[in-house]
Amino acid sequence: MTTVDDTGIVEMAWDPITRIVGSLGIYTKIDFKAKRVVECHSTSSIFRGYSIFMKGKDPRDAHFITSRICGICGDNHATCSVYTQNMAYGVRPPHLGEWIINLGESAEYMFDHNIFQENLVGVDFCERMVAETNPGVLELANRTESPHAADHGYKYIGDIMRSLNPLEGEFYREALQVSRSTREMFCLMEGRHVHPSTLYPGGVGTTATVQLFTDYLTRLMRYVEFMKRVVPMHDDLFDFFYTALPGYEEVGRRRADLVCWGSLNDPEHCDFRYEHMTDWGRKMFVSPGVIRDGKLLTNDLVEINLGIRILLGSSYYDDWEDQEMFVTRDPLGNPVDRRHPWNQHTIPKPAKRDFDGKYSWVMSPRWFDGKDHLAADTGGGPIARLWATALGGLVDFGYVRSTGSSVQINLPKTVSKPAVTFEWKIPVDASGAPLSNAIERDRARTYFQAYAAACALYFTEKALAEIRAGRTKTWEPFSVPDEANSCGFTEAVRGVLSHHMVIRGGKIANYHPYPPTPWNASVRDSFGTPGPYEDAVQNTPIFEENPPDRFKGIDIMRAVRSFDPCLPCGVHMYLGNGKLLEKVHSPMSVILST
Amino acid sequence: MAADTQSGQGADPLVHILWMNGGLGCDGDSVALTAATQPSIEEIALGALPGLPRVAVHWPLIDFECGPETGADNFIEWWHKADRGELDPFVLVVEGSIPNEAIKSEGYWCGFGNNPATGQPMTTNEWLDRLAPKATVILAVGTCATYGGIHAMAGNPTGAMGVPDYLGWDWRSKAGLPIVCVPGCPIHPDNLSETILYLLYQVAGQAPMIPLDEALRPTWLFGATVHEGCDRAGYYEQGDFAAEYGSPKCLVKLGCWGPVVKCNVPKRGWINGVGGCPNVGGICIACTMPGFPDKFMPFMDEPPGSRVSTAASTLYGTVIRTLRGFTAKTADEEPKWRKRGNELLTGYQKNW
Repeated sequence: MTTVDDTGIVEMAWDPITRIVGSLGIYTKIDFKAKRVVECHSTSSIFRGYSIFMKGKDPRDAHFITSRICGICGDNHATCSVYTQNMAYGVRPPHLGEWIINLGESAEYMFDHNIFQENLVGVDFCERMVAETNPGVLELANRTESPHAADHGYKYIGDIMRSLNPLEGEFYREALQVSRSTREMFCLMEGRHVHPSTLYPGGVGTTATVQLFTDYLTRLMRYVEFMKRVVPMHDDLFDFFYTALPGYEEVGRRRADLVCWGSLNDPEHCDFRYEHMTDWGRKMFVSPGVIRDGKLLTNDLVEINLGIRILLGSSYYDDWEDQEMFVTRDPLGNPVDRRHPWNQHTIPKPAKRDFDGKYSWVMSPRWFDGKDHLAADTGGGPIARLWATALGGLVDFGYVRSTGSSVQINLPKTVSKPAVTFEWKIPVDASGAPLSNAIERDRARTYFQAYAAACALYFTEKALAEIRAGRTKTWEPFSVPDEANSCGFTEAVRGVLSHHMVIRGGKIANYHPYPPTPWNASVRDSFGTPGPYEDAVQNTPIFEENPPDRFKGIDIMRAVRSFDPCLPCGVHMYLGNGKLLEKVHSPMSVILST
Repeated sequence: MAADTQSGQGADPLVHILWMNGGLGCDGDSVALTAATQPSIEEIALGALPGLPRVAVHWPLIDFECGPETGADNFIEWWHKADRGELDPFVLVVEGSIPNEAIKSEGYWCGFGNNPATGQPMTTNEWLDRLAPKATVILAVGTCATYGGIHAMAGNPTGAMGVPDYLGWDWRSKAGLPIVCVPGCPIHPDNLSETILYLLYQVAGQAPMIPLDEALRPTWLFGATVHEGCDRAGYYEQGDFAAEYGSPKCLVKLGCWGPVVKCNVPKRGWINGVGGCPNVGGICIACTMPGFPDKFMPFMDEPPGSRVSTAASTLYGTVIRTLRGFTAKTADEEPKWRKRGNELLTGYQKNW
């Protein structure tokens, strides 16, 4: 399916893309003369219908069911669903139960970012891959000394690349082991990875003893020691790409329109009441925020909730304009839009893929700022989280401090390394403009691993304080009301996650979860705006040295993987193969099918 | 993770493992395999256990290969090779439930790569139809692929089912193996890697036919109930039950189905012996069972059979075991709508 026309524009498709979670296809047109991607469409091929088969079920089953949406961050769904149920049932779990969830979710960030960064993304930067795509860069790497060699032990950048080689690389295998010890930490708190056994509305079933937290803390401190090597190692590797390949800033770049829904509630403040959501949202240990072109628009969760819009583009659904509105006013009396998830109806209508008509299962989530429907992305999670937290200036608990323009992470002494402070700063390009690109998404991931570890240190202290004071209760009873409208907000590993539930007659009348991947992987919406993957890959410059017949597309793969694609999180998503842009980039008269 | 590209002929045979995550799933079973330590995937791939044949694992989750279609290192080309009969022997791993593509006239529920002849996605069902006759073993991993699982719940729009529902419970591979089912939602990491290990030894001629029970589960992994392996069973015997989550006592009255569920998790822990379900405070929702999830919902209600059996639990004996046997038989059967055909029987009113 590699097709060249007389302008030198080549159609190339990657389907399925490996080293991500789920089935994703990327369909491009590449101008090899200009060394640019000129057009990109993303596709995925799975429809399961959660919102459909959850109708009429007992609301208390929601977290067990929605966990199954995703096989790498299912617990984020379970957590978000528990938050949603807590709001509906009016129950506030004991503090200890909340600290245990926070410890489980922190472990999930530590695990998931680690395995994705080192065993999936890292391979795109390993010696074997760089040798096959940019031999000159590898040669330079072998001659370039690592600025932070003393911190991580790899004398040359080429040594870092070799250590990332799949299976053979020493660091690759170490990271795989770390992904297991962090999952042990997770299982201490939530029972099982990835679909937790001990989470419930009202709290957790975990048996909270001194031993539980000792077992967690000892593993955590080994992880902290590990991160003291990993942060400088990745800084060296990523900085090297900017110097080795001038212009690499443009790979995967798009405007810094980022969304973060905040995560890790503070039980001192969070009562799960919608009426107080603005306040307790701002007390989260990761701050919420909608960022437009690098600037903070809002960090008010109520405003964030009301701004969510679900658009249909060219998807295999019937619209719900003529269907019942479930929620016309939120509990504060604010009007709720028909295109808000509370009022959404999922009505599938499978059809043959037709690029001139319906070609996609995805519904495009957008954030409405009062004027525009922003096709904002999560950048794979960490970059949006750090950006929103840095600008928010709300977080300050010793181990982490937001300065208004950066985030400082303070890690204590470990077995062989002294205390260290890392600082993540909002990235900018040479002209000072906000920089949201492949490398910075990847870099933020490493910093957020350290951030999550720092949070976990604090949560362990708070949990142990509860135990030592004899407050060992982890769960609070509740009853299911006949009617309720509720929502939950958190950060799945790869970005924003919200659940929206309507209960009628004690049963689920409507349940729509919105995970990060529909935001990132959405196709062109009803206004014609492309989704973030498509936008980021389009106009990505090509640095790979291979000619078309041996082309691997490494720069495109780095751009796509920087978003940490997780296609099962699409929930009810099928992103169709490319519908042509209104704006024709090339003089092709015949579009050959891929 | 391809060791090399040779076929399996010769003195040092190469076994290909083709991992198809294109069903209706969540990739949780792929992720689980990265957690396995007994053995780990790197030990299998690098031949770190005595007597293992050489293995080439074609696994989307961590495969090095990622080139474009028809270009360099195209991952899906391995599937086309298998389809053309160029890979032998191979183990086909299926993850995710199999939708019913026959209940509609157009479109598709899930696919994996493209069909070169049409340019449309190749459906998971079509891959199964093409590869099943050529595979030495079909290994269904996780409860979706084995029995349908969550996506086959009442009211689902896709008519989802398990691999045995699709290919037939009596299906045999060309080598005479039944479909091997390792359920669990997600699958237990070591239950999966250990089954893969067993099958590799069997394919290499070093182990006899894998022992499976009536639901095609390896008997040594699924022969005992959760309850029989649970360290809270002592409370049950004493009639001492938890009334609130967070209690260290027996969870049966809070929704735990352990007494009738075949699963080794409380005994094995979840990862390196850490975690689990009722042993660490999580009710057993029966996620390994063919009747999952429908026959166990609402999950947080006390199982109907347990009222009698807990009341009489101090009279441990024949009566209780008979009662349990009755419940267990129902739980071990799938709901009736999970089957092939042109009709959608789940109760969903379709709009197409």
